[in-house]
Amino acid sequence: MEKRIGLETSIAVAEAVGLCDADVVAAYPITPQTHIVEHLSELVADGKLEAAFVPVESEHSAMSVCCGTAATGARTFTATSSQGLALMHEIVFIASAMRLPIVMTVANRALSAPISIWNDHSDIMAERDVGWVQIFAENAQEALDLTIWAFRLAEDRRVSLPVMVNFDGFILTHTIEPVLMPDREMVQAFLPPFQPLQRLDVDNPITMGPVGIPDIYPETRYAHQQVLAAAYGPITETLEEFARHFGRSYYPVETYRADDAEILLVTMGALGQTAMEVVDARRRRGEKVGLVRLRLWRPFPFAALARVLDGARVVGVIDRAVSVGGPVGPVASEIKAAGYGASRQPPIMNFIVGLGGRDVPTDDFELMFDRLGQVAAGGRVGEPVFVGLRE
Amino acid sequence: MAQSAKPKWTELAPGAAIVEPASARQNRTGDWRSQRPVWEHEKCIRCGVCVAFCPEGCVHFGQQQEGLPSADLEYCKGCGICAHECPTACISMVEEEE
Ligand code: SF4
Ligand code: SF4
Repeated sequence: MEKRIGLETSIAVAEAVGLCDADVVAAYPITPQTHIVEHLSELVADGKLEAAFVPVESEHSAMSVCCGTAATGARTFTATSSQGLALMHEIVFIASAMRLPIVMTVANRALSAPISIWNDHSDIMAERDVGWVQIFAENAQEALDLTIWAFRLAEDRRVSLPVMVNFDGFILTHTIEPVLMPDREMVQAFLPPFQPLQRLDVDNPITMGPVGIPDIYPETRYAHQQVLAAAYGPITETLEEFARHFGRSYYPVETYRADDAEILLVTMGALGQTAMEVVDARRRRGEKVGLVRLRLWRPFPFAALARVLDGARVVGVIDRAVSVGGPVGPVASEIKAAGYGASRQPPIMNFIVGLGGRDVPTDDFELMFDRLGQVAAGGRVGEPVFVGLRE
Repeated sequence: MAQSAKPKWTELAPGAAIVEPASARQNRTGDWRSQRPVWEHEKCIRCGVCVAFCPEGCVHFGQQQEGLPSADLEYCKGCGICAHECPTACISMVEEEE
C-alpha cells in the first residue's frame, strides 16, 4: 500500500533508505544534503531503523567506512554534496573498482571558489569517470523511487557496483512535494536481502582491494569498464521491474513531446520540469519543439540517446557546469562525442545555465528555444551560450 | 608471475579480489634480482641473523644443506641485507648474469 503525503524531498529519501532496511549509514552533514542524514540519524535513534549510524569526521572517512561495511556484506548508504563529494573523491574510485554496491545520494551543488552552497552540477561532473552508476531524479517522487531502485540495481549480482542518485540541491532537497510513500512490504517484495558477490569473512578469507601490479592493472580497468557498460541491461530490467511493483516507469532517456520535434532541448535534473511548461506553451503556438530528459549519466545511454536525437534539425544541450578550458559543457561534450562520425548529426548548441544557484526562469528557456530556432533556420551554432550572463 | 598464470580480464575475481588465501606464494617475485647472496658455509656459526633480517623471509635453514642457511631464490630480491648483517661476513653478493 502506498500513502500520499507531503514531504520534503530529503526526508522522503531518508524514509526510503529506512524502508530499504539499510544496515549502515556513514555520513557527514553538508548543505544541502544535511536533512537526509539528520533524518536517518533520527530514524536510527528512535529505533525505527535497525542500522549502525556512523557519524564520521569527514566525507573521506564516510566513504571509507562505506567501503568497509559494504565489503562485509552490509547494505550501506551515504549522502553528500559539493565539497564533501570532492573530499570523498579518492575513495569513490575505490568503492566502484572493488565492486561494492553502496548507494549514495548526491544533493548537487556548486564547487568553491567562490563559496557557493547553491545548486548546479559542478560536483557530479567532476566525478564522471569514477565508475559508478549515476542517475538523476527530477522531483521528490523520483528521488524516493530511484533511491529504492538504486539498492536493487547495486546489489544485482550481474552489476555489484555502487550507485549515485543525483538530485538538485535546494530546488529539491528543501522542497516539500506530495509523494506516494510505499510501505515496507512493497519495498521488501521488490528488494530481496543483500547477497553479496563476495565478502570479507574470517572463515573464508579473501583479499579485497589488493595491489594491482602492471601485469594485472589494465585487465582490472577493462573489467570495470565492461561491467559498467553491461550494467545497462540490468538497469532497464530493474527499472521495468520497479514499474511492475510500484506503477511508475523510468527510462535511461525520457522524452517529452519529442516524437515529431524539429527542435530538441536536452536537460538533466530538476530543470526538466520547468522546461516541460515552456515546451507546452510553444507547442500551443504550433512550434515543433520537444524535450529530452537525460536520466542516466553513467553508463552513458549512447544508443537510446541517438534514437531520440535522430531526425531533429537542431539540438540544444543544457549544462549546469563549466568544463573550464574545454570545448563545451560536459553533457554537450559527451553528446557531441557520442554522435561524432555518425552519418548525420544535428547541429548541437550548448547552453550553460543555472550556475551556483542562479535562477532559471521560463524566460531563459524561451531564449534558448529562440536561439535554437535561429540555428534551425540556418544560423550559426557558435560558442556555448552562458544564459543570463551580464556582459 | 609465470607467463601462463597471467589471468585474462574475464578470469579476474570481481574487483580483482584475491580469493585464494596465501596465493601470493605463487608469484615468483625473485626475478627482479640483480644480485644474489652466496654463502661460504665454512665460516657460518649458524646464528640465524640472516634468517631474522631477510625482509622477504626467504632465508631458511636446511633448504639446501642440513643445518645451514640459504636463500630461496624464487623470492630473494637481492637486497644484500643478509650479507650486510651476517656477523662473520660469510655471505657475499654476486651479480646475476642473465
Ligand atoms: S639478499 Fe635480501 S632478499 Fe635475498 S636472502 Fe638476502 S636479505 Fe633476503
Ligand atoms: S648470519 Fe651469517 S653466520 Fe649467522 S646464520 Fe646467517 S650466514 Fe650463518
